[in-house]
Amino acid sequence: MSLRSPISRVTGLGTAKDGAGHWWSQRVTSVALLLLGMWFVTSLLRMPDFSYGFVTAWIAMPLNAVLLLLLIGTLVYHSQLGVQVVVEDYVHHHGLKIATMLLLTFAHVTVAALAIFAVLRLAFGGGA
Amino acid sequence: MESTSTRRRPLSPHLGVYRWQYSMALSILHRVTGSALSVGLLLFVYWLVAAASGADAYETARTFFVHPLVRLLLIGFSFAFFYHLLNGVRHLTWDTGHGLERQQARLSGWIVFLGAIACTALFWFLLLRSHGGGAA
Repeated sequence: MSLRSPISRVTGLGTAKDGAGHWWSQRVTSVALLLLGMWFVTSLLRMPDFSYGFVTAWIAMPLNAVLLLLLIGTLVYHSQLGVQVVVEDYVHHHGLKIATMLLLTFAHVTVAALAIFAVLRLAFGGGA
Repeated sequence: MESTSTRRRPLSPHLGVYRWQYSMALSILHRVTGSALSVGLLLFVYWLVAAASGADAYETARTFFVHPLVRLLLIGFSFAFFYHLLNGVRHLTWDTGHGLERQQARLSGWIVFLGAIACTALFWFLLLRSHGGGAA
C-alpha cells in the first residue's frame, strides 16, 4: 500500500528515490574512513621528517600508495555525499541547486584525479 | 476564495522557537566540521601534488605549511577531523539503535567533544615533539 497522496504521485515529488542508497554509501565510506583515517594519522606521526626525500619515498612504497589511493577515493566520495546533503538542505532554488551540485561534483572528481595521478606518478617513478 | 496552492501555509520546523541545546550544537558542529574537511581536502591534495611535482614545488608547499597562519588553520582542520571522526562513531552507534537515551547521548556528546580536543592536542604534541618546528 502506498502512503503517497495522488497529487504527490502525479507531480513526481515526495520521494528521494535513491535515498537509501545514499544513506548506506555514507555509512560504508564512514567505516572505511575510520580505518584509513587512523592509518594516515599514525603514519604522519611515525614519519621521521617531512623532507622531500622521505615523503616521496614513503608515498611510493606499494602498500602506502595503495592505501593512499583508497583513502583519496573514499574521502572524495564521502565528501561528495556530505556536501550533497548540505546543498539539498540550504539551496532552495531548483536551478541554483543543480548548478551548485554540478560544480561540486566536477570539483570533487578533479580533486580525486589530481591526487590519484600524484600518487601513481610517485609510485611508478615517472616523475620528480 | 484563495486557492489552496497559493495560500501561504505555516512551514515547519520553526527553528526560532527552539531553545539552544547541546544536542543541536553538536549536530550542527558535525555538519560544520564535515563541510570544513571538504575544503581541507584541498590542502591534503596540494601536499600530494607538490610531492609529485618535484623538489622545488615540494619546498614551496613546505614553506606554505609551516607559516604560522597556515599552521593555525591546520590545527583547526585536525580538530575538525577528530571531532567528525569521533562523532561519526557516535552516529554509527545510534544507527544500531544503541545510546539513544538522553543520559547516554549527553555523556557520549561530552566524550566526543572533549575527546576531539584531547586528540588534537595529543596529535600536535607528538608531531612537534618528534619533528620540532620544522614539521609541515
